[in-house]
Amino acid sequence: MPPVVDARALTKRFGTFTAVDRMDLEVERGEAFGFLGPNGAGKTSAMRMIGAVSPVTEGHLRVLGMDPERQGAELRARLGVVPQEDALDQELTVAENLAIYGRYFDLPRPVIRERIDELLEFVQLTERRSARVDPLSGGMKRRVVIARALINDPEVMLLDEPTTGLDPQARHVLWDRLFRLKQRGIPLLLTTHYMDEAEQLCDRLVVMDAGRIVAEGAPTALIAAHATREVVEIRLAPEEDEAAAVRVMERTGHRIEALPDRVLAYVDDGDAFVREVHARGLEPTAVLTRRATLEDVFLRLTGRVLAD
Amino acid sequence: MATPIALRVLEGHARSYRHTWRGTTIGAVLTPVLFLAAMGLGLGQLVDREPTAALGELSYLAWLTPGLLAASAMQAGAADGTFPVLGGTRWVRTYHTAVASPVRPRDLHLGNLLWATIRISVIALVFVVVAAGFGAVPLARGLLAMGPAVLTGVAFCAALSAGVVLMIRDQFLAGLNRFVIVPLFLFSGTFFPVEQLPPVAGTIARVLPLWHGVELTRALALGTAPALAWPVHLGVVVALLVAGILAGSVTFDRRLRP
Repeated sequence: MPPVVDARALTKRFGTFTAVDRMDLEVERGEAFGFLGPNGAGKTSAMRMIGAVSPVTEGHLRVLGMDPERQGAELRARLGVVPQEDALDQELTVAENLAIYGRYFDLPRPVIRERIDELLEFVQLTERRSARVDPLSGGMKRRVVIARALINDPEVMLLDEPTTGLDPQARHVLWDRLFRLKQRGIPLLLTTHYMDEAEQLCDRLVVMDAGRIVAEGAPTALIAAHATREVVEIRLAPEEDEAAAVRVMERTGHRIEALPDRVLAYVDDGDAFVREVHARGLEPTAVLTRRATLEDVFLRLTGRVLAD
Repeated sequence: MATPIALRVLEGHARSYRHTWRGTTIGAVLTPVLFLAAMGLGLGQLVDREPTAALGELSYLAWLTPGLLAASAMQAGAADGTFPVLGGTRWVRTYHTAVASPVRPRDLHLGNLLWATIRISVIALVFVVVAAGFGAVPLARGLLAMGPAVLTGVAFCAALSAGVVLMIRDQFLAGLNRFVIVPLFLFSGTFFPVEQLPPVAGTIARVLPLWHGVELTRALALGTAPALAWPVHLGVVVALLVAGILAGSVTFDRRLRP
C-alpha cells in the first residue's frame, strides 16, 4: 500500500518568497502525524499542497499514491479537510452546511441524511442539527467543521491548526474527538504551533521553521534527543544583573538559555539545580521545575520560541 | 453516472437560497415593475402627447418595455456576478471550503452562472407577465423577447464574475456599480433611443454589449428589425458570454488555488 504522503524536494514558492523549501517527507498509514512550527513556518502551505488545493511549485508529491496535480478532484474525494478558518455559511443551519458539502462529493441524499445523524452524534451536536451556525460558540463551530470533514468517509483527515482560537475547555473536547478518530483507525495529519497538542495527538512529527524541516521523530524521542529530562524556569528580580546571574548558572555545567522574560536551565534533576543556584548566592523571584517539552526542542534547534 | 460537478454547486446555491430569496428576488422583480409604472405609464403620458417618430410611432410604454426587460436582466446578472462571488471569496469564504472537495474553481464559476440563469429567467418572466398585464406587450412576444434578455444578463454575470473573483477590496464594487452598471442601464437605448445621445457617447453605447441585447429584445418584442444585422448583435452578446466563461476558468483558478 502506498504511504499516505510521499514527498521529495517538495517546494512551494509565492513569487520570490519560498514557503516550503525542498521538503522530504514520508507518512505511513495508521499514524497520526504532525507539522509543528511557529506561524509562517510553511506548515499550512505544505498541508495545502498535500490536500491538492495548492499547486506544487517544484518537487515530487504523491498522496495516497495519487498525483495531486493530475488527480486532484479524485484525491480530494478521499480526504477530509478541517481548514484553519471554519468558512461555514453562518446563515444556514448545521445540517444544511453538512448537506451542501456532502453533495459536492456526489453522495446520495439519503446517505447524507444518515451520515449527518451519525456525525452530529459523534461531535456531540445532535440537538443543534437545525440550529443556525451563526449563534454557536467557537468550539461548537469547529466541531461542525470536523463533522463536515468526515461526511465523505475520508481515508485521511487533514487538520490545519485545529484548536487555534479556542478556549481551553473547547480544546480538550476537540482533542477527545480527534483521539477517538485515531482509535477508529483514521490517520490524522495536523499542523499546529501548540506543543501540547502535538505531544497529545501525534505519533510522529516534523518540526518546521522557515519552510524547512529541522527535526523529525516521535515526540518523546525528539525531547530525549534535544533536551534534558527536566527544565527549571527561573525569573530574576528586575534589578538583578541578568548576565551575571546567567554566568553563575552556567558554571554549574548545565545548558542555560536566557529568554526575554525568564531563564531556562536544562538539567536532569531540577531540585538539585535549584539548591545549587541558591548555594551560589542567587535569589530568584520565581522558580518552576517542569519536564522538557517540544517547545524546548524547538528552542534548541532554532534559537527561538514556538509561540508568537 | 456522476452528477456533473457544476450541478452539485448549483444545488448548493438552491439550498441556501431558501434563506435569502426574500431579500433578493423580490427587490429584483419589484424594481423594474416600478420603473415600468413610473416611466412607462407616468412619463409615457407626456411623451405620447404626440406620436413620436423616433419611437416608431409606438406608445412610450410599448417602446420602453423591452429595453427595461433587457436592462433589468443585465442588472440582475451583474448582481449575480458580484455579490455571490465576493461572498464566496471574501465575506463568507464558502468558495475556499468548496475547493477542498472535488469541486474545482471553474465549477464554482459555472455553478454560479447556472444559478444566475435560473434567477434571471424567473425575474424576466415575472416582468413579462406583469408588463403583459399592463398591456405593454403581447404576452407571446414578451415571452419570446425573454430569450435575448436572459442571454444578456447571463453574459454579464459570466464576464463580471470572472473579474470580481480577483477583487481584493470591496470599494471597487461601489465604483463598478456607479461607473459601469448604472450608466449602462440608463444609456444603452433603454429609456430613449441611442440616436438621442451626442455622437461620442452614442458610439460608446453602440460598442458596449447591453445596447446589442436591448436591440435584440426590442426587435422580438415589437416585431421590428434591430438596428444592425441579427448576427452582429447576437455575436456581441455571445462573445461576452464566451469570453466571461473562458476568463472565469482562469481567474477563479488563480484566486482559489494560489
